[in-house]
Amino acid sequence: MMLTDLHKHLLNDFQRDFPLSPTPYQDIAERLGVTEAEVIGALSELQGRKFISRIGAVIPPNQIGASMLAAMAVPETELTTVAQFINRFPEINHNYEREHRLNLWFVAVAQNTEQLQTVIAEIERHTGLAVLQLPLLDDFFIDLGFKLDWRHV
Amino acid sequence: MDDTDRRIMHATQAGLPLVSEPYQVLAEQLGIGKDEVMQRLAAMQKNGIIRRIAAVPNHYRLGYRFNGMTVWDVADEPIDALGFKVGQLPFVSHCYRRPRHLPEWPYNLFAMVHAKTQAEADAQIRRIAEVLAENNRGCDVLYSTKILKKTGFRSG
Repeated sequence: MMLTDLHKHLLNDFQRDFPLSPTPYQDIAERLGVTEAEVIGALSELQGRKFISRIGAVIPPNQIGASMLAAMAVPETELTTVAQFINRFPEINHNYEREHRLNLWFVAVAQNTEQLQTVIAEIERHTGLAVLQLPLLDDFFIDLGFKLDWRHV
Repeated sequence: MDDTDRRIMHATQAGLPLVSEPYQVLAEQLGIGKDEVMQRLAAMQKNGIIRRIAAVPNHYRLGYRFNGMTVWDVADEPIDALGFKVGQLPFVSHCYRRPRHLPEWPYNLFAMVHAKTQAEADAQIRRIAEVLAENNRGCDVLYSTKILKKTGFRSG
């Protein structure tokens, strides 16, 4: 799909300060000089085609419950099986294969530290592989969204 | 953060509905007033429980195919000041200090970079190295080759 100027503004301009008013789409429409129906229509297209993952609150890490970045060195032949086992835990919300000796990287989020450690211990016990725990110690990021580049879209 | 706040957060995780009065729809689901929903979202934003309310772009879909986790071994003493400098670079989306695990993992600074080409990613990594200068004692870049799971709360 070709992105129109309206699509681009909707993608770029509302990565923060999405209106907190009774009629946010009308507010956006007024700001962009279009109608509310056009805004809702364009957002619906962007969501339908997965250009927007969602509209809602972005929360800092560890704000709700406890989270942990973890890494494992998994033999190539076992990677699929191990990844499938890990993904079955509802506490795992990201899991990536990366090019490194530590080739499996996941984020676990739980209600509290005890639950988090239970999940990690269960993964180690079942796979027989060590889980390297890399908890967040300091957050240096001031999150204002991301200036989008429209080349190669 | 109380139980009502938690229920609001869960209700918004699926995404704000695309109707004229989306907060009214949430309010009806939760059995509270829409003014209360908006006030509580504003309060949570003010005290940092919510970082921002956003239409969140899917960077991968927009052509950002080179998403590298850059990791650096930075001297402990200057890491706070340097971490904030790296976190402010426009192409960095997350910047955290994490523990080293010697000998196998010497890196204590993590910064995610996002680029559309390999050359652009390489330039971003050089820029971080410039910021760290003599305090950069080693680095690595881990590109994701496969997303195996991505779900749940949005953070970062």
